[in-house]
Amino acid sequence: MKFGVIVFPGSNCDRDMAWVTQGLLGQPTRMVWHEDSDIDDIDVMIVPGGFSYGDYLRCGAIARFSPAMQATVKHASQGKYVLGVCNGFQILTEIGLLPGALTRNRGLHFICDRTPLRVERNDLPWTRNYETNQVITIPIAHGEGCYFADDDTLKSLEDNNQVIFRYSDVNGEINDRVNPNGSRNNIAGICNREGNVLGMMPHPERSADIAIGGIDGMGLFTGLLEMAMID
Amino acid sequence: MTQTYQAQIYVTLRPSVLDPAGVAVQSGLKHMGYENVDSIRIGKYIELTVSAETEAAATEQLNVICDRLLANPIIENYRFDLKVLSAA
Repeated sequence: MKFGVIVFPGSNCDRDMAWVTQGLLGQPTRMVWHEDSDIDDIDVMIVPGGFSYGDYLRCGAIARFSPAMQATVKHASQGKYVLGVCNGFQILTEIGLLPGALTRNRGLHFICDRTPLRVERNDLPWTRNYETNQVITIPIAHGEGCYFADDDTLKSLEDNNQVIFRYSDVNGEINDRVNPNGSRNNIAGICNREGNVLGMMPHPERSADIAIGGIDGMGLFTGLLEMAMID
Repeated sequence: MTQTYQAQIYVTLRPSVLDPAGVAVQSGLKHMGYENVDSIRIGKYIELTVSAETEAAATEQLNVICDRLLANPIIENYRFDLKVLSAA
């Protein structure tokens, strides 16, 4: 399984992603410069965290128009996998691959912490190595991670089971006290209807190497690999 | 004849979207003693010039520019004023 990691001016989690996919999992991984649009060789496109183009105007607003993102839309339309983390999630909403938008954290602070997440469903490659309702702990690091969508969009997301991860307490309870940024319905990660595009604010790549603590995020990557073997 | 227009563009958060920065500024004003100030919403102001054959053409182009890049219609509204700068 070949991974592609987009590198924008201002990306800062791209190397961490490649460390997981190539360094830890031994999968071929190519860094894709934002001006590159030839990604036909890639199975999984990763849009990493950081501050693409300085996050000027709005987070992800300018990155959306890059050749690499235009190619990523085509990649997704072919049913191939796309993962957006943090700034990557913001970019996926800006470009319309995922509904809603990420706005300023409710408390204004940039939050750098570990947070429990409840896994909402495990019938997708992303989550097949977790149990439904399992609580995993993954780092977050963002200033604009407050998920917003209007009532109709939110209802459609819930009706179609597109919420994959929610901020919870360690027992899986969902309430406002454990919502770090004010996201509607405690949403931390969503997928598209088809399930091949996943966006999430928490950083699974920062929780995949035992050398730096926790490995709760590794299941997401190994789930994809196992799925490829079954296919 | 092509004309150059200056656009003054205002981008504001939709009323349904939380504006924590506005709330923070409001608390600052309260500390200053302005108890009568309320409902602060912080937006963006953008200026640009655009050359077009007619004002209608400039307006049409700016609507696309605002919808696609300068504002995110999911969370923001926009409006703009156009004025003629010069005839080229």
